[in-house]
Amino acid sequence: MIAGIPLTVLGGAAALLFAAIAAVTGTAAFSPAFVACGLLLLVAVGGAVLRRDDALGAAVVILSVHAAAVPLMLHIDSAPGEMDSGYWALLVSAWLMAWTSVTRLTQTSKKLPTGARRAVDLLIPLIFGLWLMLIWEAITRGAGVPQVLLPAPSAIWAKLTASLPILWADFVQTFLKAVIVGYVLGCGIGFGTAILVDRSPFLKRGLVPVGNMVSALPIIGIAPIMVMWFGFDWQSKAAVVVIMTFFPMLVNTLEGLSASSSMQRDLMRTYAASYGQTLWKLRLVEALPFIFNALKINSTLALIGAIVAEFFGTPIVGMGFRISTEVGRMNVDMVWAEIAVAALAGSAFYGALVLIERALTFWHPSNR
Amino acid sequence: MTTSDFLHSKTAAVLTVVLVLLCIWYAGAVALNTPFQRDQDVRDKVERSTGDFVTATLNQKRPVLPAPHQVAVEIWQTTVEKKVTSKRSLVYHAGITLSSTMLGFLIGTVLGIVLAAAIIHVESLERSLMPWIITSQTIPILAIAPMVIVVLNAIGVSGLIPKAMISTYLSFFPVTVGVVKGLRSPDPMQLDLMRTYSASSFQTFWKLRWPSSIPFLFTSMKIAIAASLVGAIVGELPTGAVAGLGARLLAGSYYGQTVQIWSALLSAAFLAAMLVTIVGFADKAVRRRMGMVQ
Amino acid sequence: MTDTEATAAARGAGSAGEGSAFRVIEARDLCLTFETNDGPVHALSSVDLTVDRGEFVSFIGPSGCGKTTLLRVIADLEQPTSGSISVNGMSPEEARKARAYGYVFQAAALYPWRTIAGNVALPLEIMGLDKAEREARIKRNLELVNLAGFERKFPWQLSGGMQQRASIARALAVEPDLLLMDEPFGALDEIVRDHLNEQLNRLWDRTNKTVIFVTHSIPEAVFLSTKIVVMSPRPGRVHDVIECNLPRERTLDIRETPEFLEIAHRVRDGLRAGHAYDDE
Repeated sequence: MIAGIPLTVLGGAAALLFAAIAAVTGTAAFSPAFVACGLLLLVAVGGAVLRRDDALGAAVVILSVHAAAVPLMLHIDSAPGEMDSGYWALLVSAWLMAWTSVTRLTQTSKKLPTGARRAVDLLIPLIFGLWLMLIWEAITRGAGVPQVLLPAPSAIWAKLTASLPILWADFVQTFLKAVIVGYVLGCGIGFGTAILVDRSPFLKRGLVPVGNMVSALPIIGIAPIMVMWFGFDWQSKAAVVVIMTFFPMLVNTLEGLSASSSMQRDLMRTYAASYGQTLWKLRLVEALPFIFNALKINSTLALIGAIVAEFFGTPIVGMGFRISTEVGRMNVDMVWAEIAVAALAGSAFYGALVLIERALTFWHPSNR
Repeated sequence: MTTSDFLHSKTAAVLTVVLVLLCIWYAGAVALNTPFQRDQDVRDKVERSTGDFVTATLNQKRPVLPAPHQVAVEIWQTTVEKKVTSKRSLVYHAGITLSSTMLGFLIGTVLGIVLAAAIIHVESLERSLMPWIITSQTIPILAIAPMVIVVLNAIGVSGLIPKAMISTYLSFFPVTVGVVKGLRSPDPMQLDLMRTYSASSFQTFWKLRWPSSIPFLFTSMKIAIAASLVGAIVGELPTGAVAGLGARLLAGSYYGQTVQIWSALLSAAFLAAMLVTIVGFADKAVRRRMGMVQ
Repeated sequence: MTDTEATAAARGAGSAGEGSAFRVIEARDLCLTFETNDGPVHALSSVDLTVDRGEFVSFIGPSGCGKTTLLRVIADLEQPTSGSISVNGMSPEEARKARAYGYVFQAAALYPWRTIAGNVALPLEIMGLDKAEREARIKRNLELVNLAGFERKFPWQLSGGMQQRASIARALAVEPDLLLMDEPFGALDEIVRDHLNEQLNRLWDRTNKTVIFVTHSIPEAVFLSTKIVVMSPRPGRVHDVIECNLPRERTLDIRETPEFLEIAHRVRDGLRAGHAYDDE
């Protein structure tokens, strides 16, 4: 009977049993939320054991374990920072059952039609992320972890919503000014240089290895120099971004321009196509995946460059400035809020590039 | 090798490019240092010939852009002519940075490989964790460096470990992603072959997946070690500039010592180039032993 | 001999060939040597060849016999080391610039980002034709290869045989008198290949174009050609030229007739005498 039950379910059941014993013997703090959470988890364990293979079982596990998350969080309010072994057992049980639900979703998603499978594919990492947050919240608030060391997600969220004007000003300064200007200039100059260099095989042979090497160097160190040259405001950060994004774009575009096969170039030759026609109709299109690769690498580099360059001196606004000063004042929640904004901006930027790439390179084998 | 062969070789092309870059550097140094030199000369009431003026721009004490030879002299003085233990020796600072880079890189690589192996074998882990790992590559992770340093400092952890942690963090992402790709790289026919032998998943891993992933591992290790160095340098910024190449950069920028900044920067670049090259050599050596290259 | 001299020599031959209006290809003593790390490779060694208008000529031989190289010399994709060659009375370079031929490669080499119609339009855009003319030619040539109705599909949505037919339509769209085909059906399976052979025969019969066709399949060469050039390797040279006077219009059944088998037998004999079947 037990043999066919996954380890995570057995673990979840054992932890739940431990929590129940702790509650009954009175070693655990008691609250209605605790009971509700325990019961919901019991339903989840029951569903996982009794309905091992079907969709109904999966649904029961998923729904009950996520319903259990609510009382799990509410119980902390009964005695913040003083959770006992009974609560931790409950948390472990909930985590194991959540993991079980992810496993079940993974298994069932294979049998679903394409549309539904896509949705589940999106849901799985979201559940994972949610439980990461829940556990983070439960541990920081439940065990009373000092705010300085690691603030709870709820605290970060509170800080974030409370300081929107400051965060927006920082975002404008760092992202909309330094990052965008530097990124457009750096990628543009890199691309233009590649198109020019492409006509000279000798220069190309020399520049590709040099460019590859430079891409691996800690170019970020140029920041203090740029601050000296271009002043404290966003222009110096944009300059750092220009230099950081130039080389990846140069190298990738050069590589991409030689990506077309010799057969395709011969074909253009049989048409007596001009250099410009071959470039425009064949080689630039074949180079698109490489160019987008550089654009994607550069989107991350640009944000890093602008933020780190601000550590070397800024006017009193900007994401990097905020991070370094608030760290100094031990306002760690503000730092996390700023990092959350940076993360959001970074992945949105990257995501936008991916969408444009998909639209433009729909023909590429990796996108079909 | 004939002359024409040499002119067509990669080395000649690279040397030319480097030479051109040096020329641009010199020209830039003259151009950028001219305004200050002109003011200075007017103040000191010095009349100079053009040649003399150019020489002067290339030998200022705190130039806007130091000339290559000034940086070379500074590097020579702070490496060869200083004792390695001296706080003014670049070797000492580079050593500090290198140690946290290496520690972080090693932990990061091992962690990355272990995580990749786990992701390959546990499907739900791949489906739930992998998207986050990929997403996390798109966010400016380096922004948390100051916080890690300061927070760990506050609870009494300082020195090598916090910097190494940042390096670990930066290096383990590329390794995980690269190795997962590598472990996936055997084609279905090769995997089917292992199935016909009724090989265990452990055997399939060691005899097929792991060897296939080696080229991917080294490619991501090259990225990881470069990222690791950047992490170590940035990790040295917030603690108020004590030791390390990052500290030299920061100190140089506080006191306007441009020559010092450039020499620290070039040493960092040299260090990065060396580390990447070493990984590259290791890559070639391993692959030759495995018969993947002639 | 340098490239310029070779071109000059080719021009000389071109002006000489203008006398006969039916001569499409005229090559005299053509040599091509590649310099490699292992020493020079004689890809072509004193090759003589004439092709008249309306002929279907196949080059056949084992790999390394220079059949593709010869085709590429005609197309001005390689330059001969010495000797003379004229295409339509011009040098190959002039012929290429005048878009005197259409070239079909071993693979379809269609651009995946263009639809089938877009791919056929590619050479027409490069030639600078206007939109109405382009559309007329796309329609006409896709019908010729039985691909009407597939204009808006992307290449990867089509089978291998259909892709190769699209690439033939692309070569025909230039509306050249000369079609150069480099093992166009080499990558396809036998059944598709038979079918395309029949279609190509009909196309040649109907349009009256000159076709030069590289292959290493004896039945394919005999089925399609009016003349078969048997080539042999090391150095690449023409071993024999076999006339193939089967009726112009052919069906696959012809391959069981004694006449067909007789010619096939002579081709095989020629290949054997040219050391095609020797061990390496």
